[in-house]
Amino acid sequence: MKRAAVYAAVAALLVVPAFLPFDYYVNIASQILIAGIFAGSLNLLVGYGGLISLGHAGYLGASAYVLAWLSTRAGFSHLWASLGAVTLTTLMAAVFGVLSLRATGLGFVMITLALAQILWGVAYRWVSLTGGDNGLSGFGRPQPFGIDLSSATAFYLFVLVFFAISFLFVSVFVRSTFGAGLQGTRDQPRRMQALGWDVWSTRFVTFVVSGFWAAVAGVLYADYNQFVSPHVLALTNSAEVLLMVIAGGAGTLLGPIVGAAVVVLLKNVVSAYVTRWVLLLGLVFVAIVLYMPEGLVPGIERLRRRTVRTGTRA
Amino acid sequence: MTAAALELKGLFKSFGGVPAVRDVTLSVLEGERRLLLGPNGAGKTTLFNLVTGDLASDSGTIRVFGRDVSRLRADRRVHLGLSRTYQVITLFPKNTLAHNIVLALLGLSRSRFDPFSLLARRGDLWERARGALDRVGLGKLADRSVAQTSYGEQRRLELAIALAQEPRVLLLDEPLAGLSREERRDVQDLLTTIPREVTVVMIEHDLDVALSFAEKITVLHYGQVIVEGTRAQVVADPRVQEVYLGA
Repeated sequence: MKRAAVYAAVAALLVVPAFLPFDYYVNIASQILIAGIFAGSLNLLVGYGGLISLGHAGYLGASAYVLAWLSTRAGFSHLWASLGAVTLTTLMAAVFGVLSLRATGLGFVMITLALAQILWGVAYRWVSLTGGDNGLSGFGRPQPFGIDLSSATAFYLFVLVFFAISFLFVSVFVRSTFGAGLQGTRDQPRRMQALGWDVWSTRFVTFVVSGFWAAVAGVLYADYNQFVSPHVLALTNSAEVLLMVIAGGAGTLLGPIVGAAVVVLLKNVVSAYVTRWVLLLGLVFVAIVLYMPEGLVPGIERLRRRTVRTGTRA
Repeated sequence: MTAAALELKGLFKSFGGVPAVRDVTLSVLEGERRLLLGPNGAGKTTLFNLVTGDLASDSGTIRVFGRDVSRLRADRRVHLGLSRTYQVITLFPKNTLAHNIVLALLGLSRSRFDPFSLLARRGDLWERARGALDRVGLGKLADRSVAQTSYGEQRRLELAIALAQEPRVLLLDEPLAGLSREERRDVQDLLTTIPREVTVVMIEHDLDVALSFAEKITVLHYGQVIVEGTRAQVVADPRVQEVYLGA
């Protein structure tokens, strides 16, 4: 049953472009997948590790900037620039992890926020390196094995490959022995230490892995937009991805993807009709918090169970 | 001569200038059953927390089987064979009883850092977990979540978690607290099944149970050891009658 659902989901994702009338919607689907990878990476920290980060855009943005800089200023090929971007950003996540994990709770939130704000400041002010407000452009999309990704469908399928790998990785990661420990450190850190678990290292490894997948999302983001500006590192971007995780259901596999879809759709589709779409996003979030505080995916599951129970009784 | 399993020397700990543990020196032999007695606020649980590394001592040394662990992290001390239970039950309420034991087993296993080994497929761990639960009479509840079990069952689970780690030194912080008479008897029976080679240090207020269990008793008062000796010696000591029994 579960396997059939997975096959159906993969088949559905593969044929999505065929059923969408315009490239515009295919591009939105690509954005949802990229946001899904990004939100999935944050979910490792927030949902499974109990560590709320308000600076996750730092990894997405840093990776996008490094890719852009290596491609346009240092003359690297797209492949090497991408690999460099992911490697350097993951290393940065390791350094930021050491700094952030000195605290937990609110302290952790504030350190992650501060570190991301530093990156935003650098991107905004260090004009000779980052192009400042103008950002960096002039790099194209990759051409894996000579395949042209300039069309919306080709790029969607390219992103889908990374999305599938990331989803598979996260689903194994959180159900592994390590993942069980990570969730234990979220629920009872003191107890976990008394059971022989190194709580700090468990969190640190997760922090770095989370940074890695945010960096992958950053490369795809840069490939999609072919342009990077300080906006990608802004606090609003960090808040938005946190919203995706919480709205969809932190600590669930599908939650962040559903959250990503809701936010991206509101942002792109609804904004075409409603000027104050951010207000609408806020209202949607308030409604979710009020009626499904655990998030959309667990909330819908709860309603489904209740309906089944009622049906059985009747 | 039997070696000391646990040796504390000149241990101090204070909170905001208020001393909780003052110059505690004691030695527990391998395989010994030791009881820590003292009125509320005597520093018994703080002493446990210092031994396990939950708290860092201000000064003094802690040795486990001769090794100085005073500056060792709490999780590393567990790997040396130190296990404990908590006075306030500290479990994973959303998880099943078996999962709670599996986390304890993984804590000492190298595979705890394996992000690709699916937990559901670790039949060896689940089997050992069921064995540990059978031992305390909770085998039938293995797949039930902790939140759906009674207080007495949770107390037994605490003990099962500690025993699953096959400790060399076991610290029991009021294992009978809050239990009914029948439940007390069950846990008491369980305590007698702890292998003889395991060193047990227990804090317990139920004197009948505690005194029958322990071979040697250490009495703490205001963070200091005031008496140490056999049951007869401690009961006869006027200082104990004064500070603990209120005579």
